[in-house]
Amino acid sequence: MSDDHLYMTLAEGHDDDTRWAYGTGFEDPLHGVDGAVPDGIDTGELTAVCVALADDALVLAQRLAEWTTRAPELEEEVALANIGLDLLGQARLLYSRAGQVDGTGRDEDAYAYFRDADDFRNVRLAELPNGDFAFSVARLLVLSAWRLAHFERLTASDDPVLAAIAAKGVKELSYHRQYAAEWVVRLGDGTAESHHRMRDALEQVAPYLDELFTAYDVQDEVEAVLKQVTETAGVPLPVCRPQPGSGRAGNHTEHLAPLLAELQSVARAHPEATW
Amino acid sequence: MTTEEKDWPLYEVFVRGKRGLNHVHVGSLHAADDRMALTHARDLYTRRNEGVSLWVVRSEHIAASTRDEKDPFFEPSADKVYRHPTFYDIPDDVPHI
Amino acid sequence: MAAIHADASADRAEPELREHFEATIARDQRIEPRDWMPGGYRRTLVRQIAQHAHSEIIGMQPEGEWITRAPSLRRKAILFAKVQDEAGHGLYLYSAAETLGADRSDLTNRLIEGRQKYSSIFNYPTLSFADVGVIGWFVDGAAICNQVPLCRSSYGPYARAMVRICKEESFHQRQGYELLLTMMRGTDEQRAMVQDAVDRWWWPSLMMFGPPDDASPNSAQSMAWKIKRHSNDELRQRFVDMTVPQAEKLGVTLPDPDLRWNEERGRHDFGTPDWAELKRVITGDGPCNDQRTERRRTAHEEGAWVREAATAHAAKQAARTRRTPTQKGAVA
Repeated sequence: MSDDHLYMTLAEGHDDDTRWAYGTGFEDPLHGVDGAVPDGIDTGELTAVCVALADDALVLAQRLAEWTTRAPELEEEVALANIGLDLLGQARLLYSRAGQVDGTGRDEDAYAYFRDADDFRNVRLAELPNGDFAFSVARLLVLSAWRLAHFERLTASDDPVLAAIAAKGVKELSYHRQYAAEWVVRLGDGTAESHHRMRDALEQVAPYLDELFTAYDVQDEVEAVLKQVTETAGVPLPVCRPQPGSGRAGNHTEHLAPLLAELQSVARAHPEATW
Repeated sequence: MTTEEKDWPLYEVFVRGKRGLNHVHVGSLHAADDRMALTHARDLYTRRNEGVSLWVVRSEHIAASTRDEKDPFFEPSADKVYRHPTFYDIPDDVPHI
Repeated sequence: MAAIHADASADRAEPELREHFEATIARDQRIEPRDWMPGGYRRTLVRQIAQHAHSEIIGMQPEGEWITRAPSLRRKAILFAKVQDEAGHGLYLYSAAETLGADRSDLTNRLIEGRQKYSSIFNYPTLSFADVGVIGWFVDGAAICNQVPLCRSSYGPYARAMVRICKEESFHQRQGYELLLTMMRGTDEQRAMVQDAVDRWWWPSLMMFGPPDDASPNSAQSMAWKIKRHSNDELRQRFVDMTVPQAEKLGVTLPDPDLRWNEERGRHDFGTPDWAELKRVITGDGPCNDQRTERRRTAHEEGAWVREAATAHAAKQAARTRRTPTQKGAVA
């Protein structure tokens, strides 16, 4: 029927593969990228970078997955899942790269399921419980603004694989940052209650900002973004004393171990199994 | 039918599937404002790379022909048979037409 | 398109309009939102589409429980995307219901107050990760049997939503079956998990098609209106015929001693589901009914301040823009 035909044009012009795609599309981001580890690269440092960024992404994706069936509106279910899926995809690529670079040949699941909390190198901000929607979007704003700035620099990495992963991530993270920024503004500006909640959320986020600024010079750029968004929202980012310690050194809050216990429960209960 | 004030209004969503095609109506969603409607449309209707461009418009802003208007609205075109390609009798051996 | 409210006079409308409506259906053409339609047709559609939408949304819960626990990152991504699709499909369907004058927040209230139903299958618990595979295989398989014919439903927006949903769901059943194939090639423990899940989900899956035809009073009218294209029993039979060879390939046993090929009919004979159980589950007495609606209610209520904030911001923003008018870009 002609109305169907018109409708079907939406699906035309794509490979059949898209029928099976998950989430936001299916392309191999490493297509045509040489996977060999370049000579002269510090493999220890490259592994550490990949693992830390993968841990951030996996832990935050896990928190976003916890919103499933609990989001404030159905449209937000879809949006939060898109962001979670993007981050999960980034984590998988980064773990795989780490396994190639550190010489162990470990796969993505070995990193995700068979390390303990002490071995995780994510920032603590990612592991904090979801709290309310205000905290979740405030945290997402900070982490995606930082990650975007960091990934933009990593597109020039000496490692072509990491550079390709970063290039893919930049597109995804720009959207995550925009989504979070819009919500921070909406909640900051919306009602007295939402304003209050956003103020609380930023107070909870602020002590964990410092932990992000260890590599490259992205601090000014990230702080400028946060300042612009929070000022538009009418809720200035509080200045406060940083929380001592760092997830990057394996110091975590009490919230990471239970998160991992849940994430790893089935995989560890059946160590011989294939899925 | 109790539509409370605080409910997000309904938006209609149109997607351009690829360059060279018109935007096509694909459905609707709820959003508080235009910006959010675009974000939601992107997440909901283009999860699988279905589109290169999106339009959203508040449903209440769409003016539509009504059933009562149907006949005078559409029937004049029904007799303009010359607008239809099959009106023209072309011999079978003329190629590419 | 924009919600057009049902006019009270619909059933007293001119015979000419009814004749036009019936002729459209007879020609296998679609009814569109602004067409005249009998009140009963509109009400039946709203009820059916809303139940379908609610089923997608409630159906996120049994599988959603396992996203955080999926045993590999690949399975986690697949499941996350699948459950997300269910939210999307619920939205497409609510959108179709709104073309009939229904209002989503009203439908949501009916769901959480227990005044509108959803598929009985989602009131069963998911006890192991094998359930994720079996839900994909059985429940999505049954959904495909139900939904593919609905792509030709007489109501245009419903049929179009179903086209999109069926395309997207093609991966749902496959991912489930693939997970089960992988598990059956794994350890003895995994094989036992799969068989256990099959045993628990088989009969509830057969009940998904609804009561038997002789106990389904509304079916005949729905079929006459081409809202529904096949009877419950016919769809159930198709599902059984489709699933039996898949079970053989997988190496699991379907828990029905009466299941056998009937050469004469060219179809499978199978046992009778426990209709009393279906009745209990539908009327609210299934294993997870309260938990499912409670979760949906909590999410809706706890999200209220967020939705209100967005509305308030939009209103403030609109007031600010009115003071400083900006140029709108040309579209087309």
